[in-house]
Amino acid sequence: MEKIVISESNYQIRKARIVRTKKLTPLETLFEIVLDGDRSLDHEPGQFIMVSLFGIGEAPISVASSPTMRDSFEICVRAVGRVTKALHALDAGDEIGIRGPYGKGFPIRIFEGNDLLIVAGGLGIAPLRSLIQYVLDNRRDFGKAHLLLGCKTPQDILFADELDQWRRRMDVQSEYIVDRAEQDWTGPVGLITTLIPGVHLEPERTFGVVVGPPVMYKFVIKELLAKNIPEHQIILSFERHMKCGMGKCGRCQIQNIYTCQDGPVFRYSAVKHMSEAF
Amino acid sequence: MHDIQYYLLKKRAFSGFISRLAKVQPLAAPVRRGEKNYAFELVTSANEISLPYIPTILPPKKYFFPQREVLLEFDTRRGLHAGPVGVAGPMTIFGVHTCDLAGIQCLNMVFSVRPRDHNYLIRKRKITIIGLECNDYCDEHANCALVNASLPSGGYDLFFTDLGDYFIVHVNTQAGDDIIDAVKQFQPAKEANLQDLAALRERKRVVFRNEVALDQRFLPALFDISFDGPVWKDLDERCLACGNCTQVCPTCYCFDIRDELNLDMATGVRYRVWDSCQTEPFAKVAGGENFRKSRLARQRHRYYRKFSYPFAKFFRFFCTGCGRCSRACMAGIKLKETLTSLISQGGEGPWKR
Ligand SMILES: Cc1cc2nc3c(=O)[nH]c(=O)nc-3n(C[C@H](O)[C@H](O)[C@H](O)COP(=O)(O)OP(=O)(O)OC[C@H]3O[C@@H](n4cnc5c(N)ncnc54)[C@H](O)[C@@H]3O)c2cc1C
Ligand code: FES
Repeated sequence: MEKIVISESNYQIRKARIVRTKKLTPLETLFEIVLDGDRSLDHEPGQFIMVSLFGIGEAPISVASSPTMRDSFEICVRAVGRVTKALHALDAGDEIGIRGPYGKGFPIRIFEGNDLLIVAGGLGIAPLRSLIQYVLDNRRDFGKAHLLLGCKTPQDILFADELDQWRRRMDVQSEYIVDRAEQDWTGPVGLITTLIPGVHLEPERTFGVVVGPPVMYKFVIKELLAKNIPEHQIILSFERHMKCGMGKCGRCQIQNIYTCQDGPVFRYSAVKHMSEAF
Repeated sequence: MHDIQYYLLKKRAFSGFISRLAKVQPLAAPVRRGEKNYAFELVTSANEISLPYIPTILPPKKYFFPQREVLLEFDTRRGLHAGPVGVAGPMTIFGVHTCDLAGIQCLNMVFSVRPRDHNYLIRKRKITIIGLECNDYCDEHANCALVNASLPSGGYDLFFTDLGDYFIVHVNTQAGDDIIDAVKQFQPAKEANLQDLAALRERKRVVFRNEVALDQRFLPALFDISFDGPVWKDLDERCLACGNCTQVCPTCYCFDIRDELNLDMATGVRYRVWDSCQTEPFAKVAGGENFRKSRLARQRHRYYRKFSYPFAKFFRFFCTGCGRCSRACMAGIKLKETLTSLISQGGEGPWKR
């Protein structure tokens, strides 16, 4: 039978090379990656890529660096399963495959001129770091920037050195909280929600940007609403199981929306009625 | 004067037609596999084909979107080399019922939405479709009248209707006309033949009556108010989460993507394979959270993916009325019963009549 060749598959990967790795915690590693031909990934903060290891599979991973960094990009990966563990076994010089970037990122154009209250729980810092770096690289385009970060224990803190830098800047407010800690921790202990009431903000010009584990959203949103931030100014990014990234395979569907294409970033006002969203 | 879009094929010429058609390019048609059990398979002669037939176990979607389809071939020794993949060539599918034509029309929309799915679209361009009219209901599971799929409405190159000792054939595309030219067995239809066809359609309008007590226009609104309805609880208790319903559905297209390494541990393929939203881990994420943990949520999702979500997106239902999900369900969940329960639980509204 005659065979037709599909030369333009949606699943074709772009070759990329790991140029640097940095262990952040026993579970999480940061990878700096360069695309073949030194091309720029040209993503928006909040978008994700499919990381591809032949023979093992693919995993959706947020781009953790700002598009202002053009020669390379970074991803922060937690080793949880087949692909992510195999990635952790790789080092500088190794090749990986990339598809994407995919999805709708944070509405940066709309953020411009407004204040930001960024709430990151655990690995939620990965996509938010892209936004934070972008805001800092274009600092005068945005109003006030307030960062609230949280994780389980001080040992789980990601990007500790960058946190110190952010803390030293006069144009960002940042606070870090851990769920539980030993003696040597001097910062606050508790849930990230407890930090929100103390933030001074002008709700009508503030965007609350929230990324974290699924359980976190309900409680954080409640606090942001209590601060009178309008529902359409509360911005969330969802994690769903994903396979194709192109709105086809059905894995990432939340009722009638596809997280991979319509999101992963959504306004709370657009998803609040969806019981499958939370 | 005759309508150039209609031709006749005498029944005694059918066998010659099939043999010639199969010589042009590979030909698939319904074949009997057992008691009430049919499948689309490659054939070379008319005596392999079984007509009439009730919907095949798998719909003809398998030729457009194969159960297992290689996406990439890779060779890790060549520095992440991933080559293009050859796919099957041109073919003809004969005997596609109107429900399955509707199913293909649904999938065409899905896979044409950007980003377009090249694998699907290349196959689609290479497939010639010959439809076949159902003169009567296949069985009690069908609900094609409810979703307007009991009469032909496009999506084919040629369309056959059995009118006793001949088929009347509607030519819908140039590709269809090329078959008429190549297989010199057809005669132009006469006025009397068109009248026979009109009479059959008239009779069908009486036989094929809306199978549930609901005007289909009100289906989306009924689903809008039914998300937390009790009917899903009932399905929760009965569904075995086997995934049969999605496996046989002409408009289900969820898939998984997997890698397979050859024994050399260096070369292999990445392929996609039909998946089912009815299985427990389908919507589970790395943190352990499962966004459709219960069978209730998964069955409800299936129904909304037929009657609600696609209506908002494509302005059509993704149920073709073929009845396969009801025939295949091990727990006896019947689509018509589910819809009937929705209507009775839906309270007052235009869907009540
Ligand atoms: C938009 C998006 C952005 C993400 N960003 C990051 C990030 O920046 N860093 C990071 O470490 N992780 C991120 N994740 C999660 C990451 O995709 C999963 O941890 C990864 O896919 C697990 O793959 P695996 O092969 O290692 O695990 P597997 O061995 O396949 O499975 C381990 C567990 O992960 C779940 N899982 C498997 N595949 C997926 C998938 N495709 N999506 C979600 N869960 C899955 C399984 O159900 C199972 O519970 C993101 C996920 C999404 C959807
Ligand atoms: S990941 Fe396939 S549809 Fe979203």
